[in-house]
Amino acid sequence: MEKLTKEEVHPKILQALLKVDSDISVEDSLENEMILNMGPQHPATHGVLRLLLRLDGETVIACVPELGYLHRGYEKMAENMSYYEFIPHTDRLDYLSPLANNVAWALAVEKLAGIEAPPRAQYIRMIITEMARIASHLVAIGALAMDVGALTVFLWTLREREKILDIWDILCGARFTNSYTRIGGVANDAQPEALAKVKWFIDQYEPNLDECERLINTNRIFIERLDGVGVISGEDAIEIGLTGPNLRGSGVEFDLRRATPYLFYNEMDFNIPVYKEGDCLARYFVRADETRESIKIIRQVLDKMPQGETLANSPKKVLPKKTEIYSKMEELIHDFMIVNFGINPPVGEVYSAVENPKGELGFYLVSKGEGHPWKCKIRSPSMVNLQALPMLVKGHMVSDVVAIIGSIDPVMGEADK
Amino acid sequence: MKLKELVTKKLTEKFPEIKFDITDYKDQVAVTFDKQHIVPIADFLKNDEELQFKLCEDVTAVDWAKRKNRFTVVYHIFSLKLNTRLRLKADIDESDLPDGKAGFNIESVSSIWKTADWHERETYDMYGITFNNHPDLRRMYMPEEFEYHPLRKDFPLMGIPGSLPLPKKEN
Repeated sequence: MEKLTKEEVHPKILQALLKVDSDISVEDSLENEMILNMGPQHPATHGVLRLLLRLDGETVIACVPELGYLHRGYEKMAENMSYYEFIPHTDRLDYLSPLANNVAWALAVEKLAGIEAPPRAQYIRMIITEMARIASHLVAIGALAMDVGALTVFLWTLREREKILDIWDILCGARFTNSYTRIGGVANDAQPEALAKVKWFIDQYEPNLDECERLINTNRIFIERLDGVGVISGEDAIEIGLTGPNLRGSGVEFDLRRATPYLFYNEMDFNIPVYKEGDCLARYFVRADETRESIKIIRQVLDKMPQGETLANSPKKVLPKKTEIYSKMEELIHDFMIVNFGINPPVGEVYSAVENPKGELGFYLVSKGEGHPWKCKIRSPSMVNLQALPMLVKGHMVSDVVAIIGSIDPVMGEADK
Repeated sequence: MKLKELVTKKLTEKFPEIKFDITDYKDQVAVTFDKQHIVPIADFLKNDEELQFKLCEDVTAVDWAKRKNRFTVVYHIFSLKLNTRLRLKADIDESDLPDGKAGFNIESVSSIWKTADWHERETYDMYGITFNNHPDLRRMYMPEEFEYHPLRKDFPLMGIPGSLPLPKKEN
């Protein structure tokens, strides 16, 4: 963090900062007020988020987030590549839950092209989405605890996450950037070994989470750093566009898995954790409870999962298996056509949104009947959630800003696209 | 189908003089209308007792490159009461700004949905569409000095060399 002079701040940002009313008049503002730069290289901002804080003593009067330090132009790139080629790029959006993004992209393209994945593939997708949710929330909880000074929790939750990454490694051969889904299914069937490990994981997860929670739930420092900090009411939260755990921490029971069911979520029995307080502590509790619900969902999915194909039978739109390409003429032709010219969905537009760990991840795709999308808009939850930050930090101390960012849980890869 | 009929009935009752084009594609209802009506329509859809589209999910634009109305501004709104999503679309063309300059512009809806603030900033950054009466229309991602709007179809994928000056080394 560094103190800035007025000349060092861009005039437009300065204007946004000074627009907010404060009790201090302009004359003595130089005495008491200062503009503080936080980030983009700051360990507590969870990535390259830059905040400009206008302070009165140690109290935040106004906050202007500056985004774009990780802007890679994925929407422009999507317009210039085929639907298949974009799958690896979705991994890099919310890099804490790459599999959930893969599923979101696959569902959007399938809706546009009119393909339906076979049931087994959809059940596998539910398992990986929920595991991504657990992994992402574990990092969120650990990082939040670390931001307010409880270092051990971070190590313990990351230990749990490591087990999930190992399962992903068996499942699709990559720990982080998985690219596991395909249009019309998943890359390969889930091996019995991987499913056995999933079963092992969900059986031992809850005692371990309890252990982590025991460290902080009765810890007075942790509770007092978060209780009543960064409060936002349910109405304000909807108004500012919050989704996901942040919205449910404000007492609004809104979950896309329930509201507009996709995959087989309508067959699953699970609760939506909701807390009314709307402060950082409530957002933390929602995340912890949500991982328990995810465990419940995975358990049901493992019981119900049918045998069968994992790729849709639609040769003109779904890439054939590699082994078949080398031995069959027809498959070779289809592979050539799909790779070189794309899958050409019919002219039209769809908006497909799923409940990601961070909130609602939506893809708005416009097709002109070509192999690449005419327009791809990524509605990323982190960016919209960050918009609430100025509201949340107003009137709090500088040290609370760190806790509030941790409780919003933004991922800059997604916020900056 | 139910939503389409409900929205058609509601909108034509409230705004008999406006021409609506309401389509239903893959269970997604889209309403197209002239751009000058965006604010009253958005206000009505948000505050109507039966509809209550309180959550604005997304604001973006589509560049059609060579078409007469070059851009379409697209809004996705969600009703937590009906658990359903609606798409609003308004075509815009180069027409006069309030201060007399020509350019792509549309009225801002950030006074109705606060969350539209950043979405509109992003659309302005990426497409160069001005949102009139927006409280703080700055660029979202690109630096303020950048002269182009990258998601326009005439902006090359590789970028424009020299358009993003690197910081000079101080001696």
